[in-house]
Amino acid sequence: MNFDFSDDQKFLKAEARKFLDANCPTARVRGVLDAPDKAYDAALWKGVVAQGWLGAAIPEEHGGLGLGHLELCVIAEELGRAVAPIPFASTVYFLAEAVMLAGDDAQKADILPKIAAGELIGAIATSEGPGALGPTTLKASVAGGKLSGVKIPVTDGDIADLCLVLAKENGQPGLYLVDLTGAGVTREAVKTLDPTRDAARLIFDAAPAQRLGPTGEGFALLEQINDRAAILLSFEQCGGADRCLEMAKAYALERYAFGRVIASYQAIKHKLADMYVKNELARSNAYYGAWALNTNAPELPVAASAARIAASEAFWFASKENIQTHGGIGFTWEMDCHLFYRRSRQLSLVAGAPRVWKERLVSQLERRNAA
Amino acid sequence: MDFNDTPDEAAYRAQAKTWLDANAPKKAVSDANEGEGGEGGGSMAASKAWQAKKAAAGYAQITWPKEWGGQGGNPIQQVIFNEEEARHPIPPNPFQIGLGMCVPTVATFADQATKDRFVGPALRGEEIWCQLFSEPSGGSDVAAARTKAVRAADGSGDWIISGQKVWTTGAQFSDFGIVVCRTNADAPKHKGLTMFWLDMHDPGVEVKPIHQMSGGSGFNEVFFTDVRVKDSQRIGAIDDGWKVSLVTLMNERLAVGGASGAGWREFMEAARSIPGADGGPVLKDSALREKLADWYVQAEGLKHTRNRTMTALSRGQTPGPESSIGKIVSALMMQDLGNSAVEMLDQYGIIDDPALAPLQAAFHSSVMFAPGLRIAGGTDEILKNIIAERVLGLPGDIRVDKDVAFKDMPTGR
Repeated sequence: MNFDFSDDQKFLKAEARKFLDANCPTARVRGVLDAPDKAYDAALWKGVVAQGWLGAAIPEEHGGLGLGHLELCVIAEELGRAVAPIPFASTVYFLAEAVMLAGDDAQKADILPKIAAGELIGAIATSEGPGALGPTTLKASVAGGKLSGVKIPVTDGDIADLCLVLAKENGQPGLYLVDLTGAGVTREAVKTLDPTRDAARLIFDAAPAQRLGPTGEGFALLEQINDRAAILLSFEQCGGADRCLEMAKAYALERYAFGRVIASYQAIKHKLADMYVKNELARSNAYYGAWALNTNAPELPVAASAARIAASEAFWFASKENIQTHGGIGFTWEMDCHLFYRRSRQLSLVAGAPRVWKERLVSQLERRNAA
Repeated sequence: MDFNDTPDEAAYRAQAKTWLDANAPKKAVSDANEGEGGEGGGSMAASKAWQAKKAAAGYAQITWPKEWGGQGGNPIQQVIFNEEEARHPIPPNPFQIGLGMCVPTVATFADQATKDRFVGPALRGEEIWCQLFSEPSGGSDVAAARTKAVRAADGSGDWIISGQKVWTTGAQFSDFGIVVCRTNADAPKHKGLTMFWLDMHDPGVEVKPIHQMSGGSGFNEVFFTDVRVKDSQRIGAIDDGWKVSLVTLMNERLAVGGASGAGWREFMEAARSIPGADGGPVLKDSALREKLADWYVQAEGLKHTRNRTMTALSRGQTPGPESSIGKIVSALMMQDLGNSAVEMLDQYGIIDDPALAPLQAAFHSSVMFAPGLRIAGGTDEILKNIIAERVLGLPGDIRVDKDVAFKDMPTGR
C-alpha cells in the first residue's frame, strides 16, 4: 500500500508553502479584495510563473516541467491554503487540462508552452444564466467559425487571453477556443461573493472561434474537463478547510470567556473535532481523486465526484464554523475569516454546485452497479 | 501513489494465502450472534480450533515476539493476514479482547512465571480473557470505579474483591479477567485504583447477560461477592491501577471496530426495488439520491482513510491521527442510513418481520444496533474529546473531581 504522496512531492509542497507564506500573506489577498479595479495580484502571478507551477503537469516537449498531476495536487492544496488571488485554476486546471485532453497537435504546441511560460491567462465559459446548463438550454452558437452569445459568470473572464467556450454548432454542442483580446468580444466585470477572484460577463458577437475536440461532444468533453478540474479544486478546498481549522484552533486557544480559554469548552472542542473529521474525509477522497487523475483510471469520474462533494462540504463547514468560533470579531471585515468563507463559495460553484455533482455521482453508481 | 503491495508485502500475502487456502475452514458456522467480540454457543469449538491452528503456524498474533509465539512481524503483515483471512468463512473471534488488551497488560507488568503461565494458552485459544472496567456508575469515567479490593483480615496478604462491572464483552465464556478495583477511597479517584487478574470460574463471580434494547445479549453484568485473590495476582503497584489501565485502554479503540452491515450499496439496491407513489423506483427521488451520494462519499472517505493508515504502517511509520475518525463516522452513518432505508418503505417500514419484509431486516438491525455502537468503546462525545485534546491539542476538560478524595466525590444517583 502506497496511498500517500512521495517524499519529493511532500518537499515540493513544503517549498510551495514557504513561497506562499512569503509572497501571499492575507494582506496581499486583501490587496485584491479592497481594490475593486484590481482583478488579480499580478506580482504574485509572476512569482508563481517563475516557480514553474503552471507547467507542473505540462509535458516537457510543450515547455512544462513534465512532473505529473500529483505534483499539481500538492501545489493546488497550498494555493487553497493561501486563498491565492490569481487565475491559476482557470488557466491550469481548466484550460491546460482541456488542451492536453482534447487538443490537436497544433493546439497543444501553440497553447501549452504559452501557459507554462506565463504568457497566457486562460478561462472557461459555460454558464449563461441562473441554474445549471444543459443541452436544451445552451444558447451560445457558432456558425462559420464565428461565436455569438453571452456567458456569465466567467471566472477570470476580465483578464484571460484565451477562453474555452461551450457553444452549439448546427445544433451540436462543442467546445471552442476564443481569443478574448481579439474582435467580437466585449467584457464586463461582474461583482461576486468572492472579489479576490475575477469574474466577468462575456458578450461574443461573431468572435473568431476554433473548435477543441470532436464536434457534438461538447458536454461529454466538458464533463471530462470538469472531472479533472474538480480533483485539483478539491485540493484547494482541503487546503482552505485545514487553514480554517488552524485559525479556529489558534483563536480558541487565546480567547478567554468566563475566566478560561474558549478552547476548553466542549461546545468548541466538539465543533473543532467535527471540522477535523470532515477535513480528513475530504482529504482521503481527494487523495483517491489524485490517484485516479494521475493514472487516468476508469474510476476517475466517480472519484472526482466524491472528491468534489466531500471537499465542498468540508470547506463550507470549516469556513462557517471558523467564523462562529471567532464570535463577533469573526464577522468583521478586518478579520480574515470571510476570505475563506467567500473562497469556499467560489470553489464550490465554479465547476458546478455540489447538488449537481451528487446527482452525477448517483447516476454513475447506478450505471456501475447495473453492469 | 498506488495501492500495490511492496515486494515484501506481496511475498507475505502469497505465503499467508497459501497457508490459509490449505488450512482455513471451508464452511461457515451458522450461529454468529449479535455483539462484537464474537459469541459462544456452537461456534466456540470452531473458534478455538481455528485459533489453535493459527497459533501453531505463528499466525495468531503476528506482531508478538517469537518467544511469545508470534512472528515478530510488522503491523502491516497482520493487516495483510486479516485481509486474506476475511476471504474465508472463518468462525467468530472471541480472543481479540484477551490477546489485544488483557494479555499484553498482564505481560507488561507480570513476572516471567505468570507470563509463561498465561501467554501460550491465550494465544492458542485455550483460555479466554475479558476486560472488567466499566461499572454502572462509570462508563466514560472509568476511573470512577467503585468495585472494592480490600486486604483479607487473616494477614495472608490476599485481597477480597466485591462490587459490580457492566458491559463486559465475552464474560460468559471467559476463563480469566483483568479487573480494576478501588483500593484507596481516601485518595483522589485516579490515585486509589489497583488492577488484578482473576479466575472467572471463582464461585464469587456471577455473570448475567444484559438484555439489549436491540433484543440480543452480547454483553454482561459481572458481580463479585468476596472473591479472594492472591497478592501475586496484582498487576502493577498498589494504587497505581490507573496507569496500568491506560496500557489496556490504549488498544481499545483499535479493538472496537467501525460499523459494518448494510451500507450505500444495499441502500441503493433496496431503493431500486421499492416503488414510489408514481410506481417507479423510489431511487428516482432526488432527496434520497442526495443522501445516497453523501453516504457513498463518507464510506469512500473512511475506506481511503484506512488506506492512508495502512500506508503509514507499510512505510514503518506510526499511523497519523486520521485513524481515529472511523467509529465516530461509521456508527452515526449506520444509524442514519438504516433509518432512511426504513423511511423509504413508508408505512411498511415499521414491519419488523423477515417473513413479510425480508429486504429491510439488515436496515432494522442497523437502526436497533447503532445506538450501542455509538456508545461502545468510547461514546461519540468522548471520541470528540479525544480528537480535540490528543489530535488538535486543545485543553482537557476541567476536572472538578481531580483533587477530591474518592469517598467525598458527589455521586448522584
